[in-house]
Amino acid sequence: MAPRTLYEKIWDAHAVREAAGQPSLIYIDRHFIHESTSAQAFTGLKAAGRKVRRPELTFATMDHSVSTKNRGLPILDSIAAAQFEALDRNCKEAGINLFDLNSRNQGIVHVIGPELGITQPGLTIVCGDSHTSTHGALGALAFGIGTSEVEHVLATQCLAQFKSKTMKIEVKGPRPSGVTAKDIILAIIGKIGIGGGNGYVFEYAGEAVRGLSMEGRMTICNMSIEGGARAGMVAPDETTFAYLEGRPFAPRGKDFQAAVDCWKSLATDPGAKYDAVVTLEARELAPMVTWGTNPGMVTRVTGRVPDPASFEHPDERKAAERALIYMDLKPGMPIEEIALDRVFIGSCTNSRLEDLRAAAKVVAGKRVAKSLKQALVVPGSQRVKSEAEKEGLDRIFRDAGFEWRDAGCSMCIAMNDDVLPSGERAASTSNRNFEGRQGKGGRTHLASPIMAAAAAIEGHFVDIRAWKGAEGIE
Amino acid sequence: MQAFVKHTGLVAPMDRVNVDTDQMVPKQFIKLLTREGFGRFLFYDWRYLPGETPNPEFILNQPRYQGASVLLARANFGCGSSREHAPWAILDYGFRAILAPSYADIFYNNCFKNGILPVTLSDEQIDELFKRTEQNQGYRLTVDLEQQSVTDDKGLRYAFSIDPFRKECLLKGLDEIGLTLVHEPDISAFEATNLRRPVMYDPVDLKYHAS
Repeated sequence: MAPRTLYEKIWDAHAVREAAGQPSLIYIDRHFIHESTSAQAFTGLKAAGRKVRRPELTFATMDHSVSTKNRGLPILDSIAAAQFEALDRNCKEAGINLFDLNSRNQGIVHVIGPELGITQPGLTIVCGDSHTSTHGALGALAFGIGTSEVEHVLATQCLAQFKSKTMKIEVKGPRPSGVTAKDIILAIIGKIGIGGGNGYVFEYAGEAVRGLSMEGRMTICNMSIEGGARAGMVAPDETTFAYLEGRPFAPRGKDFQAAVDCWKSLATDPGAKYDAVVTLEARELAPMVTWGTNPGMVTRVTGRVPDPASFEHPDERKAAERALIYMDLKPGMPIEEIALDRVFIGSCTNSRLEDLRAAAKVVAGKRVAKSLKQALVVPGSQRVKSEAEKEGLDRIFRDAGFEWRDAGCSMCIAMNDDVLPSGERAASTSNRNFEGRQGKGGRTHLASPIMAAAAAIEGHFVDIRAWKGAEGIE
Repeated sequence: MQAFVKHTGLVAPMDRVNVDTDQMVPKQFIKLLTREGFGRFLFYDWRYLPGETPNPEFILNQPRYQGASVLLARANFGCGSSREHAPWAILDYGFRAILAPSYADIFYNNCFKNGILPVTLSDEQIDELFKRTEQNQGYRLTVDLEQQSVTDDKGLRYAFSIDPFRKECLLKGLDEIGLTLVHEPDISAFEATNLRRPVMYDPVDLKYHAS
């Protein structure tokens, strides 16, 4: 057999039916649903008199609209309450496993999947959420789908899919200190552009990616969609296997060994061809901060807000002009002089235990700048929250002046009451700086957890590598 | 699903690259539990001033574009969130076809599930259409899926390519789930084979579920 990529191996293993001139029917191993994109799928299913084919392969949680303030209080947002009720009812009727607001497994869907070991190498995984690409960090083929496809998966456990092209993104050399997974992916998106990955599945490789923990790899894969790719993946290795061992839904004992043997065969074969290859040198990377209204509008923390006139393409120039008006920034302004109103540490990109540990290390023994209106830490899952509390991270954050919350998507998408008010400016560890994303008129700067943490202390961005408070960062 | 065969309608221009689905339907509306009525929310933050008064600056609010049903757009249209509420809103507002140089993958896919035809044309062709739309009040285009062409009444004719399977489904308004269920025996056979394979393809075994 000709050498194959990781993507091709998973694709081949899941092709239920392939016919010339038609999309392939691909079997779906794991399906995640949440309250915001599933209700209409169940309604459609019922209207057509169809049943959920494999309820045990679908897992549900509540994350987008949940309040992160107090789980014990009644839900004040009646529209959100109706979403939760609908999800609860739909899951009960179909026999789907639901991690609801009272579950200790509740959390952001892309945090809990890997954390519970539901996400495993070699699987096909879908969810009605574009950041499903996160799960590819474990060597799965995982991508976001619309509600019609959610219904399709519920009814058939399959999806009709066209094969994507493959792009290898290699980050060569070791990762410099202060440069995190978030900075790597922001640099990649800055290089290829936010539409650069349209039609592709990314496979991340190279020493800097290999050297990352599973959680760092998840941060990178998470933002594949911000580069236009529906899926991003990293070939499973010892880091992956060690991460999975002992997780609640992962195989155990002899089954685990058998699984590992199988997972080892997934890596791209030597000599396999990609449709495109992009290479970055890790030593050239720096902490990154976005200045505009999409994740591709990004520069180094030591850089300046660009002059729209410097963009060659007229469309890009217009977009930059518009972005600077929205962001209320002037060309040439140093990134480090951007003053902030709020700092948000959370989201499916950066709300895992390592993110919180790294941010806590930066803020330990310090105080949030007086000029800040709010500094918010929202753990990605209730498990992350309780682990962090066992380590005393909540105490460190609270002592520094941060709020410490329950798990949810929170201010990344502002569907609950964690909203960035109009005209205010936030450093955010989330994934999208689109207009209005964190709240209508709110201005978002994406950055890594340690950069956001240091910005919270200083009230503006600082280069974490040169900052006095950052001894011992990784 | 509504079929798409041929459509003639007024063209409205959306002259911005990278229009994301957060702009098409802001988050507060994706809490709703239905597929209907999203047209009101389309481009909500751009379209309305406080109090839901139409913003006269916004292109779709201009009198000359009222009743538009063909949306002319720029590169990477529909990037960002997978929310299908975006095509629901586009359709419910009255658009049947979109013309752009490129689309984000998930959005593109979602359009076909909802009877919207997203046509891909070259940058130069899209530039020309923007010019014609701006210069000719009441500029209309005919989008013919059968013929795979975009034409106006002044002799412009652009051919476009489209995947034959997607074309067939849209022409007939086919129910994709129904199409897949035709292959139910294949799915069952796949499941039967793969249950005996190594653990990575096994269904989740709830005996491992800790709680």
